[in-house]
Amino acid sequence: MTVNWNRQNFSGEDPEQHPAVAALRRNPGTPVKEVAIFRGEVSAVISPEHSTEALTLLRDDPALAFDLLVDVTAVHWPEREGAEFDVVYQLYSHGSRMRIKVKVPLADGQEIRSVVPLWATAGWLEREVYDMFGIPFAGHPDQRRIVNPPNFEGHPLRKEFPVQGRVRW
Amino acid sequence: MAKQEIMTLNVGPHHPSTHGVLRLIVELDGERVVSITPDIGYLHRGIEKLSESKKFLQVLPLTDRMDYMSSGTNNLAYILAVEKLLGIEVPPRARFIRTIMAEITRINSHLLGIGSAAGDCGAVSMLLYSLREREGCLDLFDETTGGRMMLTYYRPGGVANDLLPGFENRLKAFLDKFPKKLDEYDTLLKNNRIWLKRQVGIGYISREDALSYGLTGPTARGSGIDRDIRRDEPYEAYDEVEINVPVYTDCDAYSRWRVRMDEMRESVNILRQLIAKIPDGPYINHEAAKYVLPEKPRVKDSMEALIHHFKLVVEGLAPPRGEVYSSIEGPKGEIGFYIVSDGTPHPYRMRVRPSCFVNLQAIQKMGPGNMMADVPAIIGSIDIVLGEIDR
Amino acid sequence: MSTIGKNKPTRVYRKKKPQEANILLTTASAIINHSQRSSLMPLTFGLACCAIEMIATAGPRFDLSRFGWEAYRATPRQADLMIVAGTVTNKMAPVVKKLYDQMAEPKWVIAMGSCAICGGVFQTYSVVPGVNHLIPVDVYVPGCPPRPEALIHGFMTLQMKIDQKRNFSVSPVKVEPGFRGPTRKEPF
Repeated sequence: MTVNWNRQNFSGEDPEQHPAVAALRRNPGTPVKEVAIFRGEVSAVISPEHSTEALTLLRDDPALAFDLLVDVTAVHWPEREGAEFDVVYQLYSHGSRMRIKVKVPLADGQEIRSVVPLWATAGWLEREVYDMFGIPFAGHPDQRRIVNPPNFEGHPLRKEFPVQGRVRW
Repeated sequence: MAKQEIMTLNVGPHHPSTHGVLRLIVELDGERVVSITPDIGYLHRGIEKLSESKKFLQVLPLTDRMDYMSSGTNNLAYILAVEKLLGIEVPPRARFIRTIMAEITRINSHLLGIGSAAGDCGAVSMLLYSLREREGCLDLFDETTGGRMMLTYYRPGGVANDLLPGFENRLKAFLDKFPKKLDEYDTLLKNNRIWLKRQVGIGYISREDALSYGLTGPTARGSGIDRDIRRDEPYEAYDEVEINVPVYTDCDAYSRWRVRMDEMRESVNILRQLIAKIPDGPYINHEAAKYVLPEKPRVKDSMEALIHHFKLVVEGLAPPRGEVYSSIEGPKGEIGFYIVSDGTPHPYRMRVRPSCFVNLQAIQKMGPGNMMADVPAIIGSIDIVLGEIDR
Repeated sequence: MSTIGKNKPTRVYRKKKPQEANILLTTASAIINHSQRSSLMPLTFGLACCAIEMIATAGPRFDLSRFGWEAYRATPRQADLMIVAGTVTNKMAPVVKKLYDQMAEPKWVIAMGSCAICGGVFQTYSVVPGVNHLIPVDVYVPGCPPRPEALIHGFMTLQMKIDQKRNFSVSPVKVEPGFRGPTRKEPF
């Protein structure tokens, strides 16, 4: 049997054919820096200045209608000077059953606009990214630590933070 | 003269009706809830950070212990993501076995979810009944996987060992008596005036709010969102069975309870179809020798098998560079794993998309307007497990 | 608190001669110990996965009621056994200590599962490596999670430990000169 990795409703090989990528490319206010496809998953890289407009377009366009923000997370690449963090948004559309990943590269300490006005899910998800990575979200209604104690120092998921922590028992 | 003002009440983290260590800061105007703010993190164990220093197969037991009531589905979500990353196939018998385990896990988790929700509202016999039924499911897990709660049974490419002979008969015996027990629970609760008073109209969240708060699973299906990953993006053996997805549009705690009861009946039907169709064959894909441990007799005979075994055990499997996101329909919602790999045997970043974390956030919308005594009923209807919320 | 004495544990016994057949002789200490160990009230303190196995132990198949221990109390003031079932994190540690301090003497602690004994699988920045860093533990029940049979074995070990408790000490306790009793700063 052939394995179908790509369970979503887009089975092309060319990421440019994905409707969301095509719509982002068409819109002049949301330039896409690069597009990638791996095992059927399409991801688009957008710079932080255009990220809010791109996500608003993906949510509001009636043909795309990405109404579910599945996840907001980040990845730390310490060797990439100037773009150490990748904030990754995973989106899903109930109507067309398609998924897309939007990646936004950020420098250490750079802010990114919060998407809480677009999807209320982002409230806690962005708080967790702030707690674990230290990425500030501009416009977030309640930015404070969520899973670590309030007096915790450091941001655990950064690569330089040791697994066993800095406080010994 | 006495002043009237909003009272802040601290509920938890140690409280009889929380499903783990959850702390709620509830603001009350008399008896009416003005706002609920959950304070989580009392069970944060750093699983995502820990998995960056473990090999891919060593992360598997960690995923068991996240949503500890449904460890079969957590494992499945992780293994599906790893297999997608590696790009290996799974033999048909293994896919069926994994689907059977996932559905029994769903029954297990819903039983305890409903049992604890009813126990919080005072129907303690429902809790003890659900514990009794769970023992039947746990026996099936015990004989196949060796563990009652923590399965750790799947491997990339299949499962760790085949089903014992006679498993189908034991499962059929369980499935024959389980629907009658479900009828018993329906008789106990479905038209019970007390249960209706405690659940109907409680914890209302509209469909638009449910979409905006990103709810998934039975919590969303109780608000009219018709989405089930098993039907919409089928994985494992779900494209070979027929699934009816229960959706209720009342948007309150009662409809979420009904969704869970109907899903248990649906799981019984799915399991019957799976047992009828399960094929024979290998239980793991031994062709993918770089990622799957070879069979023990071959290790003692063939040099190549010995080298593969050695490399897999000492170094661990090394996937290609890339990243995947793979999600399944767990009993509490969409649980997914986002794994970034840089070619080494350790995951570079393993992110868990937690179903209960996102669902719990909606309590800030569901809570206000209800009475203080309804707060345990609301938490019970969302069916949270703190292990997954805090990770 | 409780000490394991060097004497043999006192047993309740009955004289066998017919004229004394209806007389039960024992010591006060044995009766106290027997009543305490047969009616412990555990505190509902399940933290993580081990809590589910603890609930299953109280469930229909592995019945905890046959030991007399099914009366779980939610408030620490009325409980005398604290079963720490699950991982204790840094955020939860002050809460564990506060609850232990609120319990009245005599009190016992069972550390259930490897997370409560030594931190378990989770040797990370946010986990306390064992609850005995916070409170004194009487019985350790290993497992991840321990099967209900293993937990019941742990309970029976605790029962044997309670049986050996000396309730009335014969010799006076040695006190350092100048000791004025427990204060808020130094409770022990």
